[in-house]
Amino acid sequence: MSVEARTGPVVPGRRARASAVVGRELRRRERRFRHRDKWWGYALIAPAGLGLAVFYLWPVVQTVYYSLTRWGAFGGTTWIGLSNYRTLVADPEFWQSLANTGIYTGLVLLGIPLSMVLAVLLNLKGLRGTGVYRTLYFLPVVTMPAAVAVVWRWLYNGDVGILNQALSALGIDGTYWVSDPDTIRFAVAVVGVWMTVGHHMILLLAGLQSIPADYYEAASLDGAGRIRQFFSVTLPLLSPTLFFTTVLSVIQSLQVFDLVYLIIGANTQNSLQNPAFGEGQTVVMLFFQKAFFDNQRGYGAAIVCVLFVLIMALTAVQFRLQKRWVHYA
Amino acid sequence: MRRTAAREGRIRPAHVLLALGAVITVFPLVWEVLTSFKSFGESVRMPPTILPAHWDRSNYAKVFEAVPFGRQFVNTVVMALLRTAAQLLLCAMAAYAFARIRFPGRGALFLGFLAVLMVPGQLFLLPQYQIMQSLGWLDSMQALVVPGMFSAFGTFLLRQFFMGLPEELEEAARLDGANPFTVFWRIALPLARPGLLALGILTFLWSWNDLMWPLIVNTDPAKMPLSAGLASLQGAHLTEYPVLMAGSLLATLPVIVVFVAMQRQFIQGIAFSGMKG
Repeated sequence: MSVEARTGPVVPGRRARASAVVGRELRRRERRFRHRDKWWGYALIAPAGLGLAVFYLWPVVQTVYYSLTRWGAFGGTTWIGLSNYRTLVADPEFWQSLANTGIYTGLVLLGIPLSMVLAVLLNLKGLRGTGVYRTLYFLPVVTMPAAVAVVWRWLYNGDVGILNQALSALGIDGTYWVSDPDTIRFAVAVVGVWMTVGHHMILLLAGLQSIPADYYEAASLDGAGRIRQFFSVTLPLLSPTLFFTTVLSVIQSLQVFDLVYLIIGANTQNSLQNPAFGEGQTVVMLFFQKAFFDNQRGYGAAIVCVLFVLIMALTAVQFRLQKRWVHYA
Repeated sequence: MRRTAAREGRIRPAHVLLALGAVITVFPLVWEVLTSFKSFGESVRMPPTILPAHWDRSNYAKVFEAVPFGRQFVNTVVMALLRTAAQLLLCAMAAYAFARIRFPGRGALFLGFLAVLMVPGQLFLLPQYQIMQSLGWLDSMQALVVPGMFSAFGTFLLRQFFMGLPEELEEAARLDGANPFTVFWRIALPLARPGLLALGILTFLWSWNDLMWPLIVNTDPAKMPLSAGLASLQGAHLTEYPVLMAGSLLATLPVIVVFVAMQRQFIQGIAFSGMKG
């Protein structure tokens, strides 16, 4: 426009030439930018990239390598092939810890329906005080897991804990929840649910709020009641969020450490040890013990490599299964 | 009229359920506070008292006698702040380059970052420990801070954020002759403030609460953060619950106060944390 204004009527050929010149100039500049930008790109990525390479990427390779070696008493490694993995497969302690972790993961998943009920309630139109509820439900999510463990151990105390006092008021005999092999897993999982419900609720609430209101209007015009609407509108449209929440919960639960470590106490291997230690110990706790206390680093490395493969496999299976129940709009 | 009545009819039961759930959720924390002010004798009394008969503050003093809690508090604050500041800067730089600058090998480098994101944290610990050991950094602040300065997750999060920003302003600045770093620093970074806030909150929270890494590298109580200090406090006062409650409350209170003050940002930030695995 401005070119035309300055030079008066423009002959088509001239105009094309002018724009070609401008275009060339722009491309030239862009090339120059890009040429210099290249080095800026590397420079900006270098600090984070080097740090990640040294402290994260290379360590993964090393850990896999260690899992194939035995650690000498004075350092140094001896290649032993798959021997650590063979020991692992034959180690009842490993299977026990895997079962404990699996049960924990499964039980914590049961918290998701609970989170969903809370999210649906919070999403009701005209409900006041949602901010207060959200804050309260979210408190356990930000509380330090180590502190959570210490507090719940007190609630669970077999002699004077408030849980047993409340139960005995109802005429029920409590037990030593965290030192009874029959109850330890449930006791720990309840805490796991308590710590994650608020997080899952927030994720699901965001999912609920993204469902367009027209869908409900259309459904109610078709005569669908509240319950029907929940199952034919809410649930399918929320399924991507539910899927995501489930995947997330499984990945996190399989790596549980802090909470259980402080609830059941350290592995002292003497009379002071919690009698339910075996039923409580998780895979990551076993790794921690082997790698950093028993000086069996190769074996510890094998444990976390197996855990890694398990997490990947379970996640892959969930992605496979999502076709059956997840609806992407 | 009927519709609002129907809505009213749903609201009240909803409040009842939500309030019940909230009471159950908050009760352990309330009980923690109340117990921390009871004498040991009162804490084991049957039937239990709800409110402390007299508010006993000696448990808090005992926490400081058993472990260097003041030192550990400072350690935790310094650790969390340094990790957070470093991550914000380093992740933002890398994220901006991935989002806006074209250069050979970008895709491959980004895949390397994504690979780290997929791996569970325990796989890094043994070699990280050995690095700390060979540098002579065990029982030091560097051990607590340095590996936590880098984050694939943070880079990924901020890259998504930068990609969502409009490019026009940055292009205009480029045409005026600004170099990519100036554009990043002066234009993109200020626009990315919500993303930085989310990452900052997450990093701070995770650093504050982290237990396993400090247990591994810093065994000297004076060098521990609060989480590890709490573990040793439990070891020392296994059954003295009022002292343990005081300790756990002191360890979490700062974060809870910050959370209540900035809850909207906290909740949004943590809702982002989905990608962390």
